[in-house]
Amino acid sequence: MKGVSTGKGSVTIEQGSGGSAMMRLISEVVLRNVTKWGKGGVTLRDLDDSGSLVCGDTEIVLTTDAHTVKPPFFPGGNIGTLAAAGTINDIAVMGVKPLAISSSLVIEEGFPRGDLSKIMSSMNEVLEEVDVDLITGDTKVVEKGDLDGIIITTSGIGVTRKGKVVRDNGLRPGDSIIITGSVGDHGIAVLSVREGFDFELKTKSDVGPVWDVVKAAMSAGRVTAMKDPTRGGLANTLNELASKSGVGIEISEELIPIKPDVASAAEMLGVDPYAITNEGKVVLGVRPQTAKKVLSRVRATQRGREAAIIGTAVRDHQGEVVMETRVGGRRLMEPPIGDPAPRIC
Amino acid sequence: MDLSPFQSRELVERAAALLRRISPKEELRFMHVCGTHENTVARFGIRSLLPSQIKVVAGPGCPVCVTCPSEIDPAIEIARKHATVFTYGDMFGVPGSSMSLREARAEGAKVKVVYSVSDAIKMVNPVAGPSTFFSIGFETTAPLTASVIWSGLPKDFTFIVSHRLIPPALVALLDSGRIEIDGVICPGHVSTIVGTHPYEVLVKEFGIPVVISGFEPLDLVLSIIELVKQHKAGARVFNEYSRCVKPEGNTRARQLMDEVFEVCDMDWRGIGSLPSSGLRLREEFSDLDALKEFRVRTRRDSNMPRGCKCSQVLLGSLPPAECPLFASRCTPDSPVGPCMVSSEGTCRIWFLHGGRGS
Repeated sequence: MKGVSTGKGSVTIEQGSGGSAMMRLISEVVLRNVTKWGKGGVTLRDLDDSGSLVCGDTEIVLTTDAHTVKPPFFPGGNIGTLAAAGTINDIAVMGVKPLAISSSLVIEEGFPRGDLSKIMSSMNEVLEEVDVDLITGDTKVVEKGDLDGIIITTSGIGVTRKGKVVRDNGLRPGDSIIITGSVGDHGIAVLSVREGFDFELKTKSDVGPVWDVVKAAMSAGRVTAMKDPTRGGLANTLNELASKSGVGIEISEELIPIKPDVASAAEMLGVDPYAITNEGKVVLGVRPQTAKKVLSRVRATQRGREAAIIGTAVRDHQGEVVMETRVGGRRLMEPPIGDPAPRIC
Repeated sequence: MDLSPFQSRELVERAAALLRRISPKEELRFMHVCGTHENTVARFGIRSLLPSQIKVVAGPGCPVCVTCPSEIDPAIEIARKHATVFTYGDMFGVPGSSMSLREARAEGAKVKVVYSVSDAIKMVNPVAGPSTFFSIGFETTAPLTASVIWSGLPKDFTFIVSHRLIPPALVALLDSGRIEIDGVICPGHVSTIVGTHPYEVLVKEFGIPVVISGFEPLDLVLSIIELVKQHKAGARVFNEYSRCVKPEGNTRARQLMDEVFEVCDMDWRGIGSLPSSGLRLREEFSDLDALKEFRVRTRRDSNMPRGCKCSQVLLGSLPPAECPLFASRCTPDSPVGPCMVSSEGTCRIWFLHGGRGS
């Protein structure tokens, strides 16, 4: 078939880390082999958080996400929390209420049943919090050694009126950029356990559903673009928003909320806190006249208390993110090649 | 020690304002020779705070970047045939003449990444056969290697010694006219060992202003102010990092280095041989030399990979972003030259931290 490619060489770990290396793998191998990528709504080629299908006056939003976090239990949550919240959030950042999810478990032989039970009950806590149902699933077990513990793949759907989804390409010059809380919590929490660093960290993962935050923002103002800063962190998200929207972004480092513990752990681990995964945050673009109102509504929600306006979309330097640093210098915030750590979500 | 004043926006902005007031009209080029300095300069956007006529360029400040294929290739051969090779993470991915230690490991060579030579000693597994530490770095890591040699090693533990020295390298480069600069920002951590005296020769012989600098944003802006002042008032060696550096340095560490190593001429990758700029094991420790122990032959090769402009980047004559491979064929996930591999490499720092500026 014309255009079909199997690719050369082998897949590397960086190519699964959410940055430019993964984008290359997707475009060179995944997209080149798929010709049926959707039409009308949000398609595979848009590489947005979810895709959508237009049916008459309604638009059905669908997303899927595999979770391979290592270790499966970490401060602030576990792979169950992550699997439910990750998918719910990918629907939520399209500006759509998540309705239901599916869950497919691939488990390594010998995995403790007690752990599985904890994982499922954590998943349920997330579902209860946002009133989302788990309506179908699948369970497979593979031989010991064929898998490291457990992989959970969840898919989710939501429904909205046609044309009402919020995309990641809608930023306009002048829009205020809001982040709904502190950056780097999930990545640093997981990494610190994994590296066995004895930081005596109080930092917990921020993993959790963001629908309440999104709903509050949308009720208060005109949200032009949205994305959750998961793999590749804030830096990746801002760069994607800028390049897909054809605008520049200017942000101020001083305004980016970050917990002191996270900042110092990142320094010690040698990772960039702006390039590491968040699992309970949203980056929003809003029209400037409503920005303050959106901010105060978001701050009134449980998960949005530390929200902040961190910058503005501009006409200049299209596709680039310029940061004014903590000491007043200016530099580019480059898109990361990948998340600093593999298997973080 | 509370370092927060050294990252204070108010103080940095005041210093930058002073710098703008005192800077002359002509262009002044200052070179630092340290990856950590470049990291601070890029991450905090320091260049954007300077008057346009003040240029700060990065010199050969990445020990991994200047390690030659003639040192990497033997390490690969030893890891393949003779011993487990331990080395720092930064060295792991640097290409030799045909491959890196990382690629060699993927093909079955025994390579382990460690944070320090003492970690390597802890990880030695006598059952797995002999061990070799690929010991690279400037004056900051050489004393650590010397101290483990002095305090006793596990059986069958040898070294590939690839240590290089900063002050003699600067002298050689200035002497040959290969770098033309108006001042040097010297790495503070090197001076915690060597002190301030080895830089006096730069002032005496070349009349070049010298400042020994700490690593925080304010340290660097203050150091640049000092160089501008010296440009007007006359060159000297100024110790901006006096909170850590004593003029005499660390005599005990230098004594240890002296007992174990002797100074030798050294090839620097992409630059060539620089007199008295390297260290090798003294004769009485030659039984610890892995190249002799395993009779590994090596061919002199200090070339950069083909098409790579790292040698110009290392001498501060080409900004990374002007290399045609930068961010296109050469990226941190598929690097061509060593400066894109190492976390101390100027190209990698620019790629990750927006060194291109704004």
